[in-house]
Amino acid sequence: MPLLTLTTFLPLAGVLFILMIRAQDEAAILNIRRVALITTVATFLVSIGIWTGFDPKNPGFQLTETAGWSGGFFAYRMGVDGISILFVLLTTFLMPFCILASWESVQVRVKEYMIAFLVLETLMIGVFCATDLVLFYVFFEGGLIPMFLIIGIWGGQRRVYASYKFFLYTLAGSVLMMLAIMAMYWESGTTDITELVNHPFPATMQWWLWFAFFASFAVKMPMWPVHTWLPDAHVEAPTAGSVLLAAILLKMGGYGFLRFSLPMFPLASADLAPFIFTLSVVAIVYTSLVALVQEDMKKLIAYSSVAHMGYVTMGIFTLNTQGLQGAVFQMFSHGLVSGALFLCVGVVYDRLHTREIAAYGGLVNRMPAYATVFMVMTMANVGLPGTSGFIGEFLTLSAAFQVNTWVAAFAALGVILSAAYALWLFRRVVWGALTKANLKAMMDLSPREIGILAPLVVLVILFGVYPLPILDATAASLEALLRSVHAAIDAAGQTASSGPLPLIR
Amino acid sequence: MTAFPDFALAGPELLLAAGALLLLLIGAYGSEKRSSLVSGLSVLLLLVAAVAVVIGRDGSTFGGAFVVDGFARFLKVLVLIGSAVAVVMTQRFAVAEKFFHFELPVLIVLATIGMLLMISAGDLIAVYLGLELQSLALYVVASFHRDDGRSTEAGLKYFVLGALSSGMLLYGASLIYGFTGHVDFAGIAAAAAAGGSTSLGLTFGIVFVATGIAFKVSAVPFHMWTPDVYEGAPTPVTAFFAAAPKIAAMALFVRVVMEALGPVKAEWQQIVAFMSLASMILGAFAAIGQRNIKRLMAYSSIGHMGYALVGLAAGSEAGIYGILIYLATYLAMTAGAFAVILSMRRDGAMTEDIESLAGLSRTNPTVAYLLGIIMFSLAGIPPFAGFFGKYFVFAAAINAGLYWLAVIGILSSVVGAYYYLRIVKIMFLDEPKGAFEPMGGEMKAVLGISGLFVAAFALVLGPLGDAALAAARTLF
Repeated sequence: MPLLTLTTFLPLAGVLFILMIRAQDEAAILNIRRVALITTVATFLVSIGIWTGFDPKNPGFQLTETAGWSGGFFAYRMGVDGISILFVLLTTFLMPFCILASWESVQVRVKEYMIAFLVLETLMIGVFCATDLVLFYVFFEGGLIPMFLIIGIWGGQRRVYASYKFFLYTLAGSVLMMLAIMAMYWESGTTDITELVNHPFPATMQWWLWFAFFASFAVKMPMWPVHTWLPDAHVEAPTAGSVLLAAILLKMGGYGFLRFSLPMFPLASADLAPFIFTLSVVAIVYTSLVALVQEDMKKLIAYSSVAHMGYVTMGIFTLNTQGLQGAVFQMFSHGLVSGALFLCVGVVYDRLHTREIAAYGGLVNRMPAYATVFMVMTMANVGLPGTSGFIGEFLTLSAAFQVNTWVAAFAALGVILSAAYALWLFRRVVWGALTKANLKAMMDLSPREIGILAPLVVLVILFGVYPLPILDATAASLEALLRSVHAAIDAAGQTASSGPLPLIR
Repeated sequence: MTAFPDFALAGPELLLAAGALLLLLIGAYGSEKRSSLVSGLSVLLLLVAAVAVVIGRDGSTFGGAFVVDGFARFLKVLVLIGSAVAVVMTQRFAVAEKFFHFELPVLIVLATIGMLLMISAGDLIAVYLGLELQSLALYVVASFHRDDGRSTEAGLKYFVLGALSSGMLLYGASLIYGFTGHVDFAGIAAAAAAGGSTSLGLTFGIVFVATGIAFKVSAVPFHMWTPDVYEGAPTPVTAFFAAAPKIAAMALFVRVVMEALGPVKAEWQQIVAFMSLASMILGAFAAIGQRNIKRLMAYSSIGHMGYALVGLAAGSEAGIYGILIYLATYLAMTAGAFAVILSMRRDGAMTEDIESLAGLSRTNPTVAYLLGIIMFSLAGIPPFAGFFGKYFVFAAAINAGLYWLAVIGILSSVVGAYYYLRIVKIMFLDEPKGAFEPMGGEMKAVLGISGLFVAAFALVLGPLGDAALAAARTLF
């Protein structure tokens, strides 16, 4: 059974159902919400089938599917390996929560909203399942359309600006990757990822291709200094949009580095690792400092996301086992944590309709359950041992320490800074006396909200204490990836890894 | 040389010619009521001709002046579909705006014959004959709304500049003939290849011919007539101009440079690459400030011809394949977009202001969805048709080593995405300003079919790609 195709396109079936609901009354809108929820839950259930059919010991692509397309220029190829299966599951797992989180907060144009989310789900799953470069690009780039509409229609006050910025920024980065894909096709004669990882591209060409892919993934990730679209997009997007943006869309950048840059351009990756380290460390320190002075809760979390993604890029380019495992774990964990944090902001935003930190204070007096959830997530964001945030940060830092002490030392500063901004945010919002009059009527979490947040809390703590399931699932694929990268670097010998830029030479 | 030409090869053209004369008689001797019958019959005629093209055989006749091959057949079908759609969209609009006469569909059919001749041209004489037959009909069509100053002005502008460009083309053709001694493409190619170094006279001829054709495809720097004519001409005529003649002129361009001038690629490649680059950049930047949707579509079409020319600049099989795919997607997107533009009627009057689309997603969601898909496709966002067209032409440029052209071109497409996004933004993000009058049935059909084609292009890419690949191979 074509399980991956089924998982990928199942949400579109939900879209068809929703399109058939023509009525505009309350009952119809409730039905639309229900269809969306059922579709996402069903997709999650089907995706569990991928998990059970997956053999973690096999490093290659599994459950593969192939079909012809367009005169041999590219083909429809799907498959998952240890890296991508995590993100497929993360996507399908988070979607029902996104739908539930929008249950009451989205009241206008519900039909279009749900359609946009379901289409986005298809495209996100497709990104992680595609094993053909062009197919990957189609999914990768197609995701811009629903996200543009989600931010633009259901966003905050400056939504139009934010949606344009998001769209054009990401598009500008991606089109260069498209040209690189074409160049790779003409060089190797295929766009099949499984074949491309074994194709030795010439060293000079690797640099060009690496930079073209870097342009796309650095914007998507986002890395400093091309991160400026993210705070705008996060602040203006509706809660569920922010959740998906932080939890899944940002991960496409890191996934891209792991899937393409490392195995296909190993020489360039090794040469340019110091460049990435520099950008990562700047991102970790600088954006953490920027996060400290934010007055908007979502903006603060957005900047903290940029900092956390710095650990991911740093870990990926250490080119050792801890680094790669840490980076993947950090991405997975950040998906849960930042998603939950945006949901937490959404909870109070739904009640007070402001994201300004100064408008809150002392929420613990009225909302003890909320304070608990928020605290767990804050601690996970800080990277406290016992939460999933710790594992990723610890692994990437220890990996960086093996490569370059200075990088590790500066990056470790980020841990302290993250504690500063996250705890300070928590203090200002949750602790203290409840003095503001309009906060006195705040209600604690509703059963629906508890239902959304509780599983995330459980998973964050579970993976913090027992991270093995994730590390085991990815181990074989990452080991194989590292072996091939180091084999390529060794084969090239001294010629590629030293000396000036081959481009300038 | 064969004693008697093989007329059967030119069957579709002869059918259209005979049909057009018959329609003229029906129109002239019938009452005004018959005029809608003429429209209907023209569409039928064009579709029958398309079928005749598909089932016809390959070959060349009239001493090599008329060539039918896979390339010609692919593009002829596109042109015939484009013309048929234009006639379909003209009827209701022209009647409502009170400028409908039975000559309008007949002129479109006559112009289509010219286009088919252009696509099948095998020597420079046939090129000129086809081009002039097409152009003369188009001049009249542009000024068809006789009582409207803008339309008359558009027709006059088009005529003056078009005549100038025809003159240049003719001059260039005479130079090429003078310096190679041939008018047929194969002879020119052989003479050019045998000459060793290219003579200066031939280079001059290439420049003038390229200039003349660039006018017709409205490539920068010979694009100036396009926005004015697009804006001034009656909207259904603009819809016609934007699709079929562009495809035919592009086909002619491909045939002349690939078949006649193939051996002297270095001479024309830089010309084509420059025009392509300039068109992409101008199309992207100049459209940003437009408020009139017809002018916007004019600059958009200039940009799109620039993208198609990228494939020609590559001058390879992959490039021609890219052009064929690009033109097929361009036809669908243009038809769909104009179906909406032709339906922008509010309070009994047409509007051409982009802002009047505000809130269309609330007043007419289906139309807004389809136009939104077409806009994203025009911007080249996957998974829609426009992306694949761009993919193939740029892939050919990369293969040909034209990296600077590909990089600057693809970045200009990001700039271009801005104004297509603006239309999406106006439709989906802005507050409604009142609904349009309901769309006509035929407009719905055109929009629906082209919208679905654009949206589900990934599914039809397989068979269409195979046909385009076979067509591209016939030139090599």
